[in-house]
Amino acid sequence: MIGAGIVLKSETVPIQTSGDVVLVRQRVRACAVEHRFTIVEQTKIVTAASELARNTLEHGLGGSVDLEVLKDGGRLGIRLRFQDRGPGIANIALALTDGYSSGKGLGLGLGGSKRLVHEFEIESSPSAGATVTVVRWK
Amino acid sequence: MERIPILRIGTYLLVTIQVDMHDQLALTLQTDLTDRIAEVGARGVLIDISALEIVDSYIGRTLANIASMARVLDAATVVVGMQPAVAITLVELGMTLPGIHTAMDVDSGMQFLRRSVRDAEDPDDWRRNSTEE
Ligand SMILES: Nc1ncnc2c1ncn2[C@@H]1O[C@H](COP(=O)(O)OP(=O)(O)OP(=O)(O)O)[C@@H](O)[C@H]1O
Ligand SMILES: [Mg+2]
Repeated sequence: MIGAGIVLKSETVPIQTSGDVVLVRQRVRACAVEHRFTIVEQTKIVTAASELARNTLEHGLGGSVDLEVLKDGGRLGIRLRFQDRGPGIANIALALTDGYSSGKGLGLGLGGSKRLVHEFEIESSPSAGATVTVVRWK
Repeated sequence: MERIPILRIGTYLLVTIQVDMHDQLALTLQTDLTDRIAEVGARGVLIDISALEIVDSYIGRTLANIASMARVLDAATVVVGMQPAVAITLVELGMTLPGIHTAMDVDSGMQFLRRSVRDAEDPDDWRRNSTEE
């Protein structure tokens, strides 16, 4: 899995409703504030979290996110691991392309959130669903 | 049902988004605003997002939809007070908010709306002014 170092803290937030997407944003925000990320860093990780949580809900048919604080030597990071048991992402390169959406979205969520973090990984299979993991270091 | 209030001042509609909107609430705002524009014949819509801590692709798309529907109904839209961190993040996300006019604060947003309504009502004005010079 991406992200190095030890896990200082971990919590899991379920993603089953659009209210849960709001809750994910709030939990990620609280964590970034607590660990003194700058306003711009907070905004970037929360926006990425919002996009990925919505994908988990809409394309992955619901799931959860593990929110972890990493400490790697002197640096601190937030790792988010979105997991679902939906159909998975058959063509990852295509899904990451700006403007590609299988629904009626803008197709910016996946490619856009990749730009908002430092590390990004997609694991997917038709039987196990999709897992999208991101890390943003302070 | 939870709703975001829409204030009417003359021919303008004012909305202040003060909550972290879930997607359904954003969609409700979009339909409520469109209905109100048609109902009161509004000429301008001002949306204050200074309290919003993020604008993601869904909220961005909602703002763009509101602006284009307002345009069809002959009303101008201005989005005011976007926080700098939100603007920086939006660019990186790849959202350019096409067709949306933005302003620093409510005052300059209202100025923009008044100007666009005046220009729409008197389309020959600029031509007259320039020939007089
Ligand atoms: N968790 C997931 N499970 C299955 N497919 C996914 C998942 N996440 C993304 N996808 C696929 O990748 C495509 C691109 O995702 P992306 O978030 O960029 O766009 P979108 O969700 O369609 O639109 P937007 O996010 O701009 O509203 C989606 O349309 C979908 O087909
Ligand atoms: Mg998406």
